[in-house]
Amino acid sequence: MSIMSPPPIMEPPSDAVIPIAIAGARRHSTARHAIPLYLSIAPFYILFAIFGLFPLAFSLYLSFQKWDGIGTMQFVGLHQFTYLLTDAYFWQSIVNTLEIWLLANIPMLTVSVVLAFLLASPLVKLRSFYRIAFFLPHITSLVALAIIFSSLFSNQFGLLNALLTVLRLPRIAWLSDPWGIKIALAAMIFWRSLGYHALIFMAGLQNIPSVLYEAAQIDGATSRQIFARITLPLLRPVILFTVITSTISGMQVFTEPQVLLGNDGGPGRQGMTMVLYLYQQAFANYQFGYGAAIGWGLFAVIALFSLLNWIVVQRPGKHQS
Amino acid sequence: MIVSKMVKKSIRWHIQIKSVVLHIILLLGTAISLFPFYWLIVMATRKSSDIFSYPPKLVFGSQLWENIVHVWLAINFFGAFTNTLLVACTETVLVVFFCSLAGFTFAKFTFRGKNPLFVILLVTMMIPSQLSAVPSFVLMARLGWVSSFKALIVPGMVTAFGIFWMRQYASSSVPGELIDAGRIDGCGHFRLYWHIALPVLRPALAFLGIFTFIHAWNDYMWPLIILNDPAKYTLQVALSQLNGIYSTDYGMVMAGALLATIPLLIIFLLGSRHFIANIAAGALKE
Repeated sequence: MSIMSPPPIMEPPSDAVIPIAIAGARRHSTARHAIPLYLSIAPFYILFAIFGLFPLAFSLYLSFQKWDGIGTMQFVGLHQFTYLLTDAYFWQSIVNTLEIWLLANIPMLTVSVVLAFLLASPLVKLRSFYRIAFFLPHITSLVALAIIFSSLFSNQFGLLNALLTVLRLPRIAWLSDPWGIKIALAAMIFWRSLGYHALIFMAGLQNIPSVLYEAAQIDGATSRQIFARITLPLLRPVILFTVITSTISGMQVFTEPQVLLGNDGGPGRQGMTMVLYLYQQAFANYQFGYGAAIGWGLFAVIALFSLLNWIVVQRPGKHQS
Repeated sequence: MIVSKMVKKSIRWHIQIKSVVLHIILLLGTAISLFPFYWLIVMATRKSSDIFSYPPKLVFGSQLWENIVHVWLAINFFGAFTNTLLVACTETVLVVFFCSLAGFTFAKFTFRGKNPLFVILLVTMMIPSQLSAVPSFVLMARLGWVSSFKALIVPGMVTAFGIFWMRQYASSSVPGELIDAGRIDGCGHFRLYWHIALPVLRPALAFLGIFTFIHAWNDYMWPLIILNDPAKYTLQVALSQLNGIYSTDYGMVMAGALLATIPLLIIFLLGSRHFIANIAAGALKE
């Protein structure tokens, strides 16, 4: 500790509190007044301790056991984790999840930024109509969505194949082909999250001072230049936010492949995502210990990619400043 | 004079072309965005043999009623519907109450440990819930809550997001003078909440309510894990079973999906203006 460090803040003696309390801190708590305050916020912390913290600790304990959920647990040390690291199916599920994420989110984030830019144009009439139309997919249930898309991408009679036939192109067995499966899953994610992200970007656009646009217009900048030189750089924090949240949700994709392809992730397990694998191992094969270990693997992957994302999106900003 | 008029005319013309192109792009996007809903309705009104025909039938059929009857005969649709409604409504009321009370308290009062407690709350938002799917199920089994709605409602009846959202709204909208005045009149904390905070918080309550209801209505993985008794199925689980068992009877499955989607669309369209503005603002505040 250096000599120059500021003196520690002392608790004021009790008689010094009284004038302050009269002056402004009328809502300052005394022990008796504080009880209702703690009671008001207590439900969250109690529920989190029981249904959040305890399962987390128990999950760590479980991942050192072999257990089918009914018989007795058997301590196996680090076996579940060493098995996890050598489990080809787990690695495949990571790769599948990432491929689906890339296929869905890179086009989705790109298109949603452009869409937000278009929607923010003063020329747009009936803006609230477009907002509702683009947002509607986001509130649709994933189960219903997967059922609808199963008919669009159906191998034999799907609407997409009908379209290909009209265009005199060969049909594609979407739901048997490794990339077909991933494209179908990515299309669902794209369709459901496009409008939501466009709205977030629109809110971000509204925070950009209009003076900047006016100045650029006076200087004769084209729409494309304004978009690339003003909109995109100033939207960077919002882009960072959407990339991180879409990564976290993309790592947790479950319902789409489970409903579309079943617990095994379809032909060649091409639609097997990380969370689907956890579900299959724990709740279809009753490997509770292994399921818990997969949960920790999932956590590690999410943490890693959130960090990576943050570094990648953050870096160009530093160069500019 | 003439030159400047011509320039003005050409600029106006230019803007009009731009506007037309812009609206064509947006309308195309809207068509893509809404097409799956249209297609859902088309399939729900047709026989399976129509759906599997080529060229595909792109207009509404007349089989909607038959398909709906098939759904009702195949699964306990009404039961699943009331189960979902019960779970979603209960959870919505509880979330709105507990989160607004806690958010108001965090926004307007000081007490020992307030800041660390709020940081803890923010940190909990970052823990992915699937991580502990297995131990949570084991816990529910120990509590005897498997196939019980308690397992769906209780863990989610107060959320970190909801408290955060309510705190943000309350700190700027509930006037401190009113609270002080209430205090002088001898109001306790809960009466301050009920008589002063709640009326002002109404728009935020509406948003959080719709948000919670939609999430509860669409929740799938946790109900799938926890509900083993078909009589307790929620709509999403029932729909997924319907799809798994009767995958060849497309018309019927689509009618089921349509019935499960309509209530949500109605609720969303009723509150859409407010909801859409808030969801983007809320996301950016995080």
